[in-house]
Amino acid sequence: MSFLEVRNLQVKVDDKEILKGINLTVGKGEVHAIMGPNGSGKSTLARALSGHPEYQVTGGEVLYDGKDLLAMDPDERAREGVFMAFQYPVEIAGVNNAYFLKAALNAKRKHHGVPELDAMEFMQLVRDKAALLDIDQTMMTRSVNEGFSGGEKKRNEIFQMALLEPRLAILDETDSGLDIDALKIVAHGVNAMRSAERAIIVVTHYQRLLNYIVPDYVHVLSGGRIVKSGGKELALELEEKGYGWIEAA
Amino acid sequence: MSTSTETIEQLATREYKYGFYTDVETDTVPKGLSEDVIRLISQKKQEPEWLLEWRLKAYRLWLGMKEPTWQNVKYDPINYQDIVYYSAPKKKKALNSLDEVDPEVKRTFDKLGIPLEEQKLLAGVAVDAVFDSVSVATTFRDKLAKLGIIFMSFSDAVKEHPELVKKYLGSVVPYTDNFFASLNSAVFTDGSFVYVPKGVRCPMELSTYFRINAKDTGQFERTLIIADEGAYVSYLEGCTAPMRDENQLHAAVVELVAHDDATIKYSTIQNWYPGDKDGKGGIYNFVTKRGMCAGRHSKITWTQVETGSAITWKYPGCILQGDGSIGEFYSVATTNNWQQADTGTKMIHLGKNTRSTIVSKGISAGHGQNTYRGLVRIGKNAKHARNYSQCDSLLIGDKCGAHTFPYLEIRNTSARVEHEASTSKIGEDQIFYCRQRGLTTEDAVNMIVSGFCKEVFRELPMEFAVEAQKLLGVSLEGSVG
Repeated sequence: MSFLEVRNLQVKVDDKEILKGINLTVGKGEVHAIMGPNGSGKSTLARALSGHPEYQVTGGEVLYDGKDLLAMDPDERAREGVFMAFQYPVEIAGVNNAYFLKAALNAKRKHHGVPELDAMEFMQLVRDKAALLDIDQTMMTRSVNEGFSGGEKKRNEIFQMALLEPRLAILDETDSGLDIDALKIVAHGVNAMRSAERAIIVVTHYQRLLNYIVPDYVHVLSGGRIVKSGGKELALELEEKGYGWIEAA
Repeated sequence: MSTSTETIEQLATREYKYGFYTDVETDTVPKGLSEDVIRLISQKKQEPEWLLEWRLKAYRLWLGMKEPTWQNVKYDPINYQDIVYYSAPKKKKALNSLDEVDPEVKRTFDKLGIPLEEQKLLAGVAVDAVFDSVSVATTFRDKLAKLGIIFMSFSDAVKEHPELVKKYLGSVVPYTDNFFASLNSAVFTDGSFVYVPKGVRCPMELSTYFRINAKDTGQFERTLIIADEGAYVSYLEGCTAPMRDENQLHAAVVELVAHDDATIKYSTIQNWYPGDKDGKGGIYNFVTKRGMCAGRHSKITWTQVETGSAITWKYPGCILQGDGSIGEFYSVATTNNWQQADTGTKMIHLGKNTRSTIVSKGISAGHGQNTYRGLVRIGKNAKHARNYSQCDSLLIGDKCGAHTFPYLEIRNTSARVEHEASTSKIGEDQIFYCRQRGLTTEDAVNMIVSGFCKEVFRELPMEFAVEAQKLLGVSLEGSVG
């Protein structure tokens, strides 16, 4: 069985059916790109997999490492290794970024029966990861996303991903609103995270990001269904012909 | 309603942890209030004649006063004849040491995490424990006495330092001040007394723990703290009460006096029984607290974390009389279920170059109603006075309310007064963000609320900041999302 098996997944938001039966199989070590025009349901898929309460699953099933993912609460999914980099990271005033992440990491470690990290150990880990990702660690001393620029918020998401070391990482339009330098930093972070033990799903509207994060598979979503799947060359074909080509097909 | 909202609602289960009752033999006067009852209290406490006279003057004045109705809270009329005004654990003789405290009373404080044995105390905290109407034990009294610091129950201070009590009692909150302060002046039973002499920095936190135990009892304590020239003292009070279906009245008065260059930090963690989730029972916390910055460059800081009580009505304030004196007020008030709070501060600038800072954080959940009411008055001689006020409200759910009534009275054109206010809601998106990182909803709410209150928590003495944070978590459990 594959690491992640999405079978006939149907999802409603505000009583509107968005996903109309998604089938997707993702193996460990693979990077899948989910592309599609606005409103096709890309982000809905990402949010449904992470358990966002506004996204109501009306049918289908999702097996994650053989377990029923949909039966788990969002926080349990996270502790089991599902991470979503948010399209719009949320600000939490007065809560120190490092404190927040330490709590998150220790919640996960506790869940897996691993000793929790103390402040010293955690800060060492922060320094290591910051060096690995070329990310300025001073953002750790600020409040979670508060007053961050769009680029800083996205980098913070990637930084969190690196610290939490998920088994399934979902990037929900992480590239939106990024200039090319920020995009490269984000892509560098994701590439550094590629591993045989980890599956990565990149949700994106533009092919641009895929110049830097080269996917193993590309899926095109339209009208709540995957209408085309292929290798990395599919993204280039899309870039050339536009989404109209897929929708017309 | 979304699932995360439901999860928050499901947290509505933890009960008030301090709601137990201790069965001790008590010396209780009959219910009701009259001159005879006041004479009886005064007699039991072997008070001097002047103090009895002071009480009676307050009582006679109170009889003609009307209970205030301007505050933004609702409650059934209080029957002042249905309250017991004096209840004390029975003791055979005067206490000479802590070993003679009734073991039941001692166990109560142990259960509350307030051990009275000195060796068990948190390093550097001296405790005075008030059980119903009387102070049962004051720790570290001898050690402090060597520095000339007086820390004892109010009753003892009346006997041992009558000149100080007489000089300062009512000097900041006169018996004529308001309905509840006058009532307190007539019937107050005990409390703490602190005097820190000239140039002395009190080496430890001083703390009083108030416990209402007996049924139908009101608690009317009176605290008086004086910091003489250049002195420093940090004082903390904590409070709990058993769970009862009836409302109980707590009408305290606290007076602080800071002379030249003196600093008083007064911190409160108020966790009186808030009533049950349907709003039955709970303490009416009607308290008058005021500090007088009498001397030049004196400073008084009030920090309060108000999580308990069915109704909280208090405005710890500062009279900034000395030139260059500083008043500060940092407050977190939470109202969950059917709790109501109308709280804030008064900063009265009289001296030149006086400064005040107000940071108020109101958190409303359930059907809670939270009102900030603050007065900043700049007198006509208060040249270059400055005030900064910040009032933030956080709403959890859509059945609660937050209200802000800032009053500004400025009579000097050189004054600079700033006021900022904000209201926000804990967003589902914030909670989901935290959960997506592996935190439970409960931890997420606690973290968001703590972040909201950070500016206030950092003003608390270290030992209590953590406790306050935990307490806040408990009091908000069951808050509606």
